[in-house]
Amino acid sequence: MSKKSPQKEAVKKKGSTKGVSQELLLQMYRNVYATRQFELKCMDLYRQGFIRGYLHPYLGEEAIAAGVCAAISRDDFIVSTHRGHGHCISKGGDFKRMVAEIMGKATGYCKGLGGSMHIFSKEDNNLGANGIVGAGLSLGAGAAMGIKVKKEKKVVVVFFSDGAANQGLFAESMNFAATFDLPVIFMLENNHYAVSTPVECSFGNCDLACKGPAYGMPGICVEGNDAVEVYKVTKSAAERALNGEGPTLIEAKTYRHGGHHVNDPGLYMDQEVLSAWKAKDPLDILGKKIKNKKKLKAIEEQVDRELEEGIEFAKNSPEPSVDEFLASIPNY
Amino acid sequence: MTEMMYREALNRAHFEEMRRDPTVFVMGENIGKRGGSYQVTVGLFDEFGAERVIDTPLAEASFTGAGVGAALAGARPIVDILFVDFTTVPMDAIVNQAAKYEFMSGGQGQVPMVLRTQGGAGNGLAAQHSQSLEALFYHIPGLKLVMPSTPYDAYGLLVSSIRDNQPTIFLEHKLLYMTKGEVPDEEFSIPLGEADVKKEGDDVTLLTYSYMTLKCLEAAELLEKEGISVEVVDLRTLKPLDEKTILESARKTGNVIIVHEACKRGGVGGDIAAMIMEEAYDDLDGPVSRVCGLDTSIPYNLELEKVCIPTVEDIIEAVIKIT
Repeated sequence: MSKKSPQKEAVKKKGSTKGVSQELLLQMYRNVYATRQFELKCMDLYRQGFIRGYLHPYLGEEAIAAGVCAAISRDDFIVSTHRGHGHCISKGGDFKRMVAEIMGKATGYCKGLGGSMHIFSKEDNNLGANGIVGAGLSLGAGAAMGIKVKKEKKVVVVFFSDGAANQGLFAESMNFAATFDLPVIFMLENNHYAVSTPVECSFGNCDLACKGPAYGMPGICVEGNDAVEVYKVTKSAAERALNGEGPTLIEAKTYRHGGHHVNDPGLYMDQEVLSAWKAKDPLDILGKKIKNKKKLKAIEEQVDRELEEGIEFAKNSPEPSVDEFLASIPNY
Repeated sequence: MTEMMYREALNRAHFEEMRRDPTVFVMGENIGKRGGSYQVTVGLFDEFGAERVIDTPLAEASFTGAGVGAALAGARPIVDILFVDFTTVPMDAIVNQAAKYEFMSGGQGQVPMVLRTQGGAGNGLAAQHSQSLEALFYHIPGLKLVMPSTPYDAYGLLVSSIRDNQPTIFLEHKLLYMTKGEVPDEEFSIPLGEADVKKEGDDVTLLTYSYMTLKCLEAAELLEKEGISVEVVDLRTLKPLDEKTILESARKTGNVIIVHEACKRGGVGGDIAAMIMEEAYDDLDGPVSRVCGLDTSIPYNLELEKVCIPTVEDIIEAVIKIT
């Protein structure tokens, strides 16, 4: 098997939107805004008692999913994480079925059986969020293997975190994908914390992108709060994958706007660093790149409307039937 | 009919299913050019090439997880793990991913994956290459569990497992690979969840599976000469479990002994015994008993190894004790 020498590709013309259509910019803005509002509303619903269990907001990281999903097609697969609402929304997820699932209702994506940590959307080729940190790495590499076996032209994006990058499966899956030149993009969302453990306390080398070349693939570091930059690097990684040239590791640097989950105030986070990251908010960065403010306003209003409808739909949806659940349990 | 070895029957099922369905592929360590440690995948590489007969890196956690991912993407992977002892390495992929994906996704994400592996003692391979770990999988909702004892069953059940839409643990026994039996020349399949009465009898039921089926049949034949009529029920698939055939036989003979090579403590025999006593207590002449492996790791020394595994004599003794 011939191996191309892996190299770090410099991100060209940083900050520029050249080559990115208005339509794509607006699509990304819609998804960043939608994710932001979705998470804020879900946190409210949680505090009002409509949502139970674990809820891991994607606040502050919205630009990554929005940029990635703008760069791939509906037929392409994504593999999500426990912090997965943004991935689902940007891949085309429906508010109604999302909120219903998070409320555990029968009309949710998973009929109320999965919840926030397991939303899966077959029609969007979203292969699901996962409650096991790092598990998606091998699932994504495997989905890419399945694509190859079926001789299809598709790419897989695996979202995972800095925490997952310390799992053994990270090493194994990167090597697996590079060995077989699989069409997969490893999208490392470096939000700087594995629950409460900072990156600098859990890596011997905090340059996470450099792990790509070690396994035989490019490793690219990108500003994760800038959806356009994420879009650009994902686009070129997807082209590489579709050309049969193999996987890419992208490290998107970002920062959580709060604790690990809705009930974690994140007191261990350095407030100065947090403020600095909040000052480069993904929504503002993207908003500044779009001149037509009227359109932004219209998008925001439409999202607000759809989200309210989604919440109403979920609130009015039935709980799953206990009898139907019991009858559905298979004998194995 | 052609007489063939267990491993040849499995090999034939691979060839036929891979020819029938281009989404079926095999993935594991040393299964390609080498043909697998027990020759089950021999020849596949030459016909189907490296794209569908994939020699993986030595990394069970990732390639088992990759099997789940490939299945979610619409392929039908057969993941080959050399020894059942090694399935503890990719256990997250098996327990938290394969077994749960269809459930968690509300039925959207099926995992039509077969995980083929082999277990059992008898070759002096010591504690980490001789275990019978089926109880681990038996305990996990969402996994099917198949343990055939003959070439006929191995072929027919592997065909069904590959075509099945749920994750299936296909657990072979290393001492069965060279055993021979008749297999029809035409294609066929055996539904998952159907036990097979390998020998009919009236006095005692031996419930068993995998390699122990051969020992039970040998014991039954010897007991027949002593005038004791023994029925041997080969469960073939542990999940789904054929409770109907088990209970019919239990009610017919009134005496049930469960025989398995795995440790008695926490073994599937305890669960099946409880099920029989819950469902058919009034029809039993006495309590269900068990002949199982000792609750120990398997020793390397061949004489010590033998002591740990039920023998034909152990089975005969147990039958005589209750008749």
